[in-house]
Amino acid sequence: MTKEFVKNAVGRMIPTEINGQAVIPFQGPHGYKTSGRKYGPPLRTCADYPADGDKRVPDLKAALIKAGLKDGMTISTHHHFRNGDLIANQIFNIAAELGVKDLIWFPSASFPCHEPLIKYLEDGTIHHIEGSMNGVLGRFASEGKMRGAGVLRSHGGRYQAVQDGEVVIDIAVIAAPTADPFGNANGLTGPSACGLLGFALADSEYAHNVIVVTDNLVPFPCIPWQIQGNNVDIVVEMEQIGIPEKIVSGTTQITKSPDRLFIAELTAKFCDAAGIIKDGFSFQAGAGGTALSIGNYFGEIMREKGIKARFARGGSNQYLVKMMEEGLVETILDGQTFDLEGVRSMRENFNHVNTSPFTSYNYHGKGNFASILDVVILGATEVDVNFNGNVVTHSDGLLLHGIGGWQNCLFGKTVILPIPLFRDRIPVIRDEVTTICGPGELIDVIVTERGIAINPLRTDLIEATKDSGLPIKTIQELKEEGERICGVPQTIEFEDKIIAAIKWVDGTVIDVVRQVKTN
Amino acid sequence: MNKTGTAGNQGADIRSDCHVTLELTSSGGIQIDLTSKIGVLFGESINTLTHDILAHFGIENAHITIADRGALDFVLAARIEAAVHQVIETDKEFWPELLPQNQYTTAKDRYRRSRLYLPGNTPKLALNAGIHTPDGIILDLEDSVAPDKKEEARYLVRNALRQVDFYGAERMVRINQLPMGLRDLEFVVPHYPNLILLPKCESAEQVEQVDTRIKELAVQYGIDQPIYIMPIIESALGVVKAYEIASAAESVVSLAIGLEDYTADLGAPRTNEGRETFYARSTLVNAARAAGIQPIDSVFSDVSDMEALRAVVLESKSLGFDGMGCIHPRQIKVIHEAFAPTPSEIEKAQEIVHAFDEATRLGLGVVSLGSKMIDPPVVKRAQRTIDLAICSGKLSADWKEVNA
Repeated sequence: MTKEFVKNAVGRMIPTEINGQAVIPFQGPHGYKTSGRKYGPPLRTCADYPADGDKRVPDLKAALIKAGLKDGMTISTHHHFRNGDLIANQIFNIAAELGVKDLIWFPSASFPCHEPLIKYLEDGTIHHIEGSMNGVLGRFASEGKMRGAGVLRSHGGRYQAVQDGEVVIDIAVIAAPTADPFGNANGLTGPSACGLLGFALADSEYAHNVIVVTDNLVPFPCIPWQIQGNNVDIVVEMEQIGIPEKIVSGTTQITKSPDRLFIAELTAKFCDAAGIIKDGFSFQAGAGGTALSIGNYFGEIMREKGIKARFARGGSNQYLVKMMEEGLVETILDGQTFDLEGVRSMRENFNHVNTSPFTSYNYHGKGNFASILDVVILGATEVDVNFNGNVVTHSDGLLLHGIGGWQNCLFGKTVILPIPLFRDRIPVIRDEVTTICGPGELIDVIVTERGIAINPLRTDLIEATKDSGLPIKTIQELKEEGERICGVPQTIEFEDKIIAAIKWVDGTVIDVVRQVKTN
Repeated sequence: MNKTGTAGNQGADIRSDCHVTLELTSSGGIQIDLTSKIGVLFGESINTLTHDILAHFGIENAHITIADRGALDFVLAARIEAAVHQVIETDKEFWPELLPQNQYTTAKDRYRRSRLYLPGNTPKLALNAGIHTPDGIILDLEDSVAPDKKEEARYLVRNALRQVDFYGAERMVRINQLPMGLRDLEFVVPHYPNLILLPKCESAEQVEQVDTRIKELAVQYGIDQPIYIMPIIESALGVVKAYEIASAAESVVSLAIGLEDYTADLGAPRTNEGRETFYARSTLVNAARAAGIQPIDSVFSDVSDMEALRAVVLESKSLGFDGMGCIHPRQIKVIHEAFAPTPSEIEKAQEIVHAFDEATRLGLGVVSLGSKMIDPPVVKRAQRTIDLAICSGKLSADWKEVNA
């Protein structure tokens, strides 16, 4: 089979077809105009559901059978428990036991706890994954071992794909820390409380079959209902659905690394010098030790100036909650709770609000919150001299991370990537990134420990900070300094096989990832 | 039985380093076994470097195993060379290129508020040390290096002096106690260090020995920039001899105290209040000032407690010290802040300097402020306070024009 390729708007060669579906190449951040209507799941009638509102079946297996689990279906799960998820593995254990094949797993993100699924990718129970592939799963895919190509989407892109009907979910399994027999559910209370269930919103609205599993069943009504029971087909009660302590991952602690703290402080100083930190401003609070400590430095600056932020958007955690409870931040628009303090605050504070990819990120909607943000702090594995960013592959070509909300947040007013100039001898600023996940025109500032580069498109930022005394350099200068220290890495070679597609927020394909060469 | 040479560090936590095992063979050329997570990006470069070094030493047949953990070239080179010297007898060395910016000189009376200790055999910590802007960095060959690692650390420290940019921090090396420290100098002096720390110093003669050896090596290698000495007093005897040590040579610019060893020598436990070290610290300040050099305090070892550090630095300043050692980059900012002059000190100093300027303008021989006469040393100290305030970011460099 010969595949045809076309060059997209960032100059990457993209096949016209992936997994048998036609591909629309990336046409620029706002280039692709869509039309048509949203996807509609099949109509139902309440006569087919128990009039007493009790939709329970005895166990997950009975639920999957009732939902009509069969070959080739698309099954979705969610990552509210991050590395403490106990559901996805059980679903595919049951599928394998029933002899079901060629499933497509459509998680909102995967974690190291999903390593056991490799055996189902090997035996054909799972055909491929559409979602982030972290660590071991990514390595498996990178080595060309997955039957289909992976499809990676941002959190907003996932909502868009479901809403537009690009992905049709046959069965959504929503793990809910609290639910009633009707299917109303939330993440606020119960032994597995994880905060919110925003990543499951699209699935609950558009999937053909929706199963809610809970380890804290309450009598009707479960209030508040972050997931509405009217969208739910089946409810399952089980012993334990997740390990809340594992919501907290290594990326949700403030860094102790002096080098990263240095970069964080420099980033905050840059924002201050650029006039971004003013009364009523807003910021994206990301995960990752550096991003978290930047929030802390913002707090110091706000305290000193006696000002407040109107809102912070993103993942909540103990540090952000403390800032809100101290009065430095008026509102948290929370998309993902990163620790148990975040869960507590969401339960107790009316101004700590749960959001979803629909409100925050969906590109095919009537606006979203991300573009309202004054400043967004993100990470990257690589950046190139044209400010294009990579978050999914490493410089050795391995696919090891998901996109998360990264692409969606690029629409914030000022986007800053604080990154070290090199990691374990690998320079982070390259002539070309291994995989383009975000176009350079949306990335404004790179802050490294050895200097700050401002995108030449942002003449306003260049002007505002020119007398700040901050170490402003060109991105080319930073690249050369990194290479002076590390040496210039040799060019890596790939096999021809495409192992994953990287979707842009509008459903177009911005880049593909190829199989790595193994000797 | 073939001789085997080994150098470097290995283990899951090791970063920016490597472990090398070298065995000479009788035939078969150079066999390289490289394991590296970044092999696809730097494997060719590591192979080329290895061949270059072995060829430099005339080794044609050998089996070399390199377990790489992201080591930069200068680290790889130091490890390979250390292994080479264990299997062959040679006076040759393999010097990596000297960065042109690594030849700066420093002034005798420059600020030495903070000096950051970097364990000499741990390359990872050296790479970014300069970005934290300590007044000085110390590549340590003494207490932070295990006895069986002393030799390989010398190659690494030498290469770091040539290849790591410390962005203007004074480039210091702490050598071992004498006589071992004299051999350390051979690996250090030819590579443009600014200052040598002499630990556990107890006599002027030790300072003279080091000073003489530095001068011999400087002549031999054509190094014509100053290399200063900072003796560290770490014993009761050292405290007694403090003035003699401080004035032992023209190149002695600071006198430091090391309180861990000193309190052990006293037989008194080290406390936070520090009463047991008060005599030693005061004596050292007095001796240093008498000799016209800077008194420098010990290190504070709890790297997580910044408030306690701040209190210690303020006391240190009140005793007359000009600086302290740091064992973690986060301590630098706190130390610089605490040694910075207070607003009232700055204001007073500005008045004195103004009065001096005014007297000079009017051609007066005597400077007075209000009804008080001001002596030249007071003016000098005021000027130093102003300089330190500017250096600490507490006063604009053009304060005279701003205030005018």
